[in-house]
Amino acid sequence: MAIHPKEERIILKYADEPGYTPDIDCYMKNGGYEMLKKAVGMEKQAICDEVKNSQLRGRGGAGFPAGVKWSFVDRKSGKPVYMVCNCDESEPGTFKDRQIVHKDPHQLIEGIIISSFATDCAKAFIYIREEMPKGAAILNQAIKEAKEKNFVGDDILGSGYSCDIVVHRGAAAYICGEETGLIESLEGKRANPRIKPPYFPAVLGLYMCPTIVNNVETLCNVVHILRMGADEFAKIGRPNNTGTRIWCVSGGVKRPGYYEVAGITLGELVYDICGGPKDGRTIKAIIPGGSSMKILKNGERFTGKDRDGNEYDWGIEDIPLDYDGIAAAGSMSGSGGMMVLDDSVEIPVALANLMAFYSHESCGQCTPCREGSLWLKKITTRMVHGQARPEDVDLMKSVADQIEGRTICAFGFAVAWPVQSYLAKFEDEFREFADRHSRMGGDRSAAKELACNH
Amino acid sequence: MNLKPETLAEIEEAIPKYPEKQSAVMPLLHAIQKDQGLLTNEAAEWVAVKLEIAPIHVLSVITFYPFFRQHKIGRRHIRVCRTLSCAMAGGAKVCDKMLSEFDTGLNEVSPDGEVTVEFAECLASCGTAPVMLVDDELYENLDEAKAQEICEKIKAEAMQA
Repeated sequence: MAIHPKEERIILKYADEPGYTPDIDCYMKNGGYEMLKKAVGMEKQAICDEVKNSQLRGRGGAGFPAGVKWSFVDRKSGKPVYMVCNCDESEPGTFKDRQIVHKDPHQLIEGIIISSFATDCAKAFIYIREEMPKGAAILNQAIKEAKEKNFVGDDILGSGYSCDIVVHRGAAAYICGEETGLIESLEGKRANPRIKPPYFPAVLGLYMCPTIVNNVETLCNVVHILRMGADEFAKIGRPNNTGTRIWCVSGGVKRPGYYEVAGITLGELVYDICGGPKDGRTIKAIIPGGSSMKILKNGERFTGKDRDGNEYDWGIEDIPLDYDGIAAAGSMSGSGGMMVLDDSVEIPVALANLMAFYSHESCGQCTPCREGSLWLKKITTRMVHGQARPEDVDLMKSVADQIEGRTICAFGFAVAWPVQSYLAKFEDEFREFADRHSRMGGDRSAAKELACNH
Repeated sequence: MNLKPETLAEIEEAIPKYPEKQSAVMPLLHAIQKDQGLLTNEAAEWVAVKLEIAPIHVLSVITFYPFFRQHKIGRRHIRVCRTLSCAMAGGAKVCDKMLSEFDTGLNEVSPDGEVTVEFAECLASCGTAPVMLVDDELYENLDEAKAQEICEKIKAEAMQA
């Protein structure tokens, strides 16, 4: 049920419908598992082709085309292939998978089994973060119900294909959202990400077998691609940005929440759907796709040439709300977790909050990330506590630059990008903030509360 | 190790779900932590024997993941989100309220043994910030007044127990 008329709900079509429950009867009453029945009668390659032709891109963060990812699976090794659903939704600002898992779990189960069938996976796993303890129980119940109806388990619907789904609970480590860290965790180890090459999951994944790791929302989309057909699906949104996306908006807007949309601008989401800034406030900046993504400053012009050679000149509200639109504005749509910072938020303090997060979550494997994230936490913390040193702004940039690109996994970028982009766009504020707080002995309680880095 | 029958049953059910035994480390630790309240070295050794791996492998998992613990906590576990969206919405004040209501400090066991209040990183409910977990229950759109109500509820439940 759409909360706002500008929404185009496919994945969350039923999620907030009054009376809609997470049990299998409710799901089937609304057409659930019809696509699985269709799928088991199709050629596996035909399903893979549909997904590829739909141009579906991964909804977890990197936005890699799902069908292409599937096609990388090493079939020559003779090893079993595993399907892993990444439900470790832990990028700050993101809460979309939570809605699917809690309100419509069978849609995910159907998506996983169709995808596993198409790619001939021997077993599927759902890695769910422990911060959603009820989600794990709901999924286990849903799998039990689906097994009773023969949608999961042995010889699914008489097709000869068997696949079980195992729900694996994490234990609050952000790095498990990184696919190779997740795989290590699933093997019963510390979630230290693996280096690529050679450890591309499609070749050397879980138990060194070929493995497909897809996000919750991505797998749900497979059901709808089969229902609509790739061509119809690809008409939603813009080419290369097909289908809907569930955007999660938090922070300084009147109506924060999750909204499933396609083909709109960032301004339509933030101002029309979310009602714009709270009364008496103005929007200062927007973090578009989860806390790791580069910040967009309100008032800045976003210019360049698109792939067809057309020039664009956008304000923040004009940015097309999709992968390519936000990339053209110099950031990334990431996991769809949008944080709106209004004029009450001091950017250096917001950074201090996030650096406490990243230093806590670094797995510790690579020295630049382990040490650098802690340095950044220390520098931003002393800034908040009025003990900034004259060299600190330059030092932060230097540390971030030395992390970026020098780590095994993308976490290094996730630490560096906020620092680099906040400094690039708000350097004067950092210098003024450091100077002001170093001089005055006044009230720093508001800054300490926002930094919240005890 | 004196584990409850239902914990042992959960453990026996978990192991064969995985193609390789070591994968069951986390489910076993979850089950034992729920049973015992914490994970001791004895527990690590027990899991190691059960899964035929070295105890250090189990210990390395326990110490890596924030939700596994080697220390005792209060009867109720309160985790207030501290990450940016919740912090912008006043998460720190909510946490302070919980601490003062139970006359305790962050990460400590309250004097009555009832609660341990901690900060947690992003709980993935930023649209209803600030939020916190009380055991498995998520509380949303909090402010100091709502925090007070929750404290009173916890205290009332403690009286009944």
